Amino acid sequence: MGPQKPASERLWAIAIWALVIFFIVNFTAMVAAVLVNSFGTRWFNAWLPAGFTTRWYQSAWDEFQLHDVLIVTFEVVGAVVLISGLLGVPAAYALARRNFPGKQIVILLFLLPMLIPPITFGIPLATVLYQAHLGGNMSGVILANLVPTVPFVVLVMIPFIEQIDPRVEAAARVFGAGTGRLFVHILLPLLAPGILAALLLVLVRTIAMFELTFFTAGPGSQTLVVALYYAAYAAGVRAGQSIDAMAVVYMLTTLVWLLIALRFVDPTQIVTRAKQQPAN
Amino acid sequence: MAIAARDFRELRLDGMSRNFGVVNALKGVTLNVRRGEFIALLGPSGCGKSTALNCLAGLLTLSGGSIWLDSTRIDRLAPEERGFGMVFQNYALFPHMSVRKNIGFGLRMQGVAKAEIERKVDEVLAIVRLGDQGDKLPGQLSGGQQQRVAIARAIVIEPPLVLMDEPLSNLDAKLRLEMRAEIRRIHELIGSATIYVTHDQEEALSLADRIVVMRAGEVRQLGTPEDLYDRPAHPDVAEFMGYRNQIRSHAAKSGNLLNVVIGGATLAGTPVDGAGEGDVVAAIRPDDLKVTAAGALSVTVESAQYHGNDFYCLGRSGDGTELYFRSETKVKKADTVRLAADPSRVLVYSQARP
Amino acid sequence: MSERAMDAPAERLPLRTRLALYELDGVTLLVLPAVLFVIALFVYPFAYGFVLSFQPKVGDWLANYAKFFSDPFLYDTIEATFRLAIPATLINVLLSIPVALRVRRMRNRRVLTTILVIPITLGTVLIAEGLLNYLGPQGWFNRTLVLFGFSQVRLVHNYTGVMLSLILSGFPFTFLLTLSYLTGIDPSLEQAAATLGAKARARFRHILMPLLAQGLAINLCLSFVQTFSVFPSAVLLGAPAGATRVISIAAYQAAYEQYDASMASAIAMIMGFCQLAVVVLILGARHFVYRGSAGGGKG
Repeated sequence: MGPQKPASERLWAIAIWALVIFFIVNFTAMVAAVLVNSFGTRWFNAWLPAGFTTRWYQSAWDEFQLHDVLIVTFEVVGAVVLISGLLGVPAAYALARRNFPGKQIVILLFLLPMLIPPITFGIPLATVLYQAHLGGNMSGVILANLVPTVPFVVLVMIPFIEQIDPRVEAAARVFGAGTGRLFVHILLPLLAPGILAALLLVLVRTIAMFELTFFTAGPGSQTLVVALYYAAYAAGVRAGQSIDAMAVVYMLTTLVWLLIALRFVDPTQIVTRAKQQPAN
Repeated sequence: MAIAARDFRELRLDGMSRNFGVVNALKGVTLNVRRGEFIALLGPSGCGKSTALNCLAGLLTLSGGSIWLDSTRIDRLAPEERGFGMVFQNYALFPHMSVRKNIGFGLRMQGVAKAEIERKVDEVLAIVRLGDQGDKLPGQLSGGQQQRVAIARAIVIEPPLVLMDEPLSNLDAKLRLEMRAEIRRIHELIGSATIYVTHDQEEALSLADRIVVMRAGEVRQLGTPEDLYDRPAHPDVAEFMGYRNQIRSHAAKSGNLLNVVIGGATLAGTPVDGAGEGDVVAAIRPDDLKVTAAGALSVTVESAQYHGNDFYCLGRSGDGTELYFRSETKVKKADTVRLAADPSRVLVYSQARP
Repeated sequence: MSERAMDAPAERLPLRTRLALYELDGVTLLVLPAVLFVIALFVYPFAYGFVLSFQPKVGDWLANYAKFFSDPFLYDTIEATFRLAIPATLINVLLSIPVALRVRRMRNRRVLTTILVIPITLGTVLIAEGLLNYLGPQGWFNRTLVLFGFSQVRLVHNYTGVMLSLILSGFPFTFLLTLSYLTGIDPSLEQAAATLGAKARARFRHILMPLLAQGLAINLCLSFVQTFSVFPSAVLLGAPAGATRVISIAAYQAAYEQYDASMASAIAMIMGFCQLAVVVLILGARHFVYRGSAGGGKG
């Protein structure tokens, strides 16, 4: 506001922008370093590798069994997305449309898994899953990853549902639609963009979800991010370039889905629970 | 009287323009405001009146033109340097401060001593008649009370100019009437100049010393309420002033007047601003179309709304022209009535007017 | 006729109708599957872990906790974790404020927010792995320092590396959250303050900060809880046997290296308790600040 800014204000603005640019530059450089290294033959005492090759990708593919890992990752993520949608959307509808006694407790119940970090509840959860003989395999991994995502879907969908005028539903009922047909003909079409957004967000978050899978996975049920961790952990044994090649594969996987998600969703919603409607 | 507006002679708006990309929201508005005047900016939504107000406050920068307070050019100043008071449409009361703190905020920014701030806040609370609400939070007040706090906050800093952006539009009808009187009373008490934005012609007519009618970023007419009411300069201004009947027709000279064919009959009308023979627009208020047995114009009643004192009717003439008129006697649908209008109340404009 | 109606006994409303008055009907039941799921897979394991922590392999019911607080190798992890979490949280949240203040005026915000979402999406494992390379002694960062005449800095396998990783993965989150709170404040409030003579700093101090306080408290809580549970970066990028031996590592080792589920649960409970204590502290401090809506009245 105001056409002329004092010098101190302009200096402050420059400092802030310098900070932001420093952050972004360093982050991009880090990503670039990983990328470059994955294509390098040997890289010791220089700014760039001695030569470039793609053999590390082949090597990583074999060494880390990336084919199987990728399949596992997509199976896990797919199941998590589907089930959290099936459980979360109806629950969100009930919470948006009904004000029953105990509603506050239910909302708190859905908030807790999102607020408490995965490690804190992950270890007890893994213990229980192992006891139920679900630990160390795909079902365990899927169940563990569902714990934060079902509440996420619920909390993200509630504002979407509240946006639909309840009188539209009332009109449908007046003209003879029961709950089933109401969902199919009225609600799902209107909610489709919201559901899509929520599920894409779940997808992106689950691909990157480390701790829960780490605690519940067995050798045949590791997702890509966990395999990457193990590879980096044993870095002395493996060649750094093949680890970085795997890292590049991981980055591509997440970023592709991020780009798709961003077509439907504002970046801020990945972070907030879409509760804040900014005053534009 | 301790709270009184700072003195100035004249506020001059010189060709104020403001563009938003390719949209010209303001196209060269020129206006002189004298100390103590109450000016209303009147027009439909999108006419640029709020844009003009925001430019005056410094919340928007001018794309062209200038603003002068006496001999000081102020359009380059930030809003915090202009010293004008402003009442926002949604009141913009600070939700985390009590009424007293809200009102005293401007004085606090000026570095006035605490005791002095308390004294002035008390005084202004008395003026707006909210003496006992000082410690409440804005969220605990009704709409009308919030309105008065917003006004108090603007006048306590004793500004030379108070800007009001449709302050009554969020209130119900009865409250609006009460607050209208309040606003005028406070204005006269303080003696500041007030620029008041509204889309309600009744508000403008009852409050303002002078009215600026705006449309599409331009000033269409500037004058006293009487001027605008009796002699609107353009058909669109006339429409805004309640001349609901606007008939496009042909005119022929008849001495000083023009004869216009309306609804199959010929009525004499007063030319406005050099209107002559040819294509014209005739504007008549519904109140000025009287039902008389000897009227030249014959219409069939299509609808009649009972308004207590009279009936507000829509009639259709033989050639299909729709006319709004008032009838003191009861009429029903399908009745036939005859209408007449005094020539001085039929305003005839040339169709070629921009 | 009316007398006869008054004589007739009052009918009992059918159960369904009575329930509906409390808004309990078929629709409400839709919430049940998700609720049951969360209870089964979150509440129950938590409670189970809580109980299990009091059932150690050897010793009485408090043996796990006693062991934890008597072994410096174990209880030092609390301090190590706080030493990482508190500065990281403060830096991330406090830095987000001036940056968000600048960015909210931008028209092309979306580009910047998209770029900043990428670190969050990539996750802590990738960032840790990437930093191992980039901040290493032969990495580009140190090379650039040397190029400008500075000496090399040790940034990996120590506290600094983990701290940098926490900032890199945490700042975008706090920034986006602060930004969304900022844009939720009615802009006409600042405009009103400006017309009353408040310059930029005064507007920040009197209007923005009080209204932001509630959101900042939540931001601090979420950010602290996230950084306190740091794990992969502490292992990959830090010194997991030394300066960055955080409490999550102790829990992991108890569970997967010593196969002591009871001890692991105890450590997880201690971890949760520390997080809860700090959250309660932050939210308790909120009571001294305004906690209502950020709108400016009707309209």
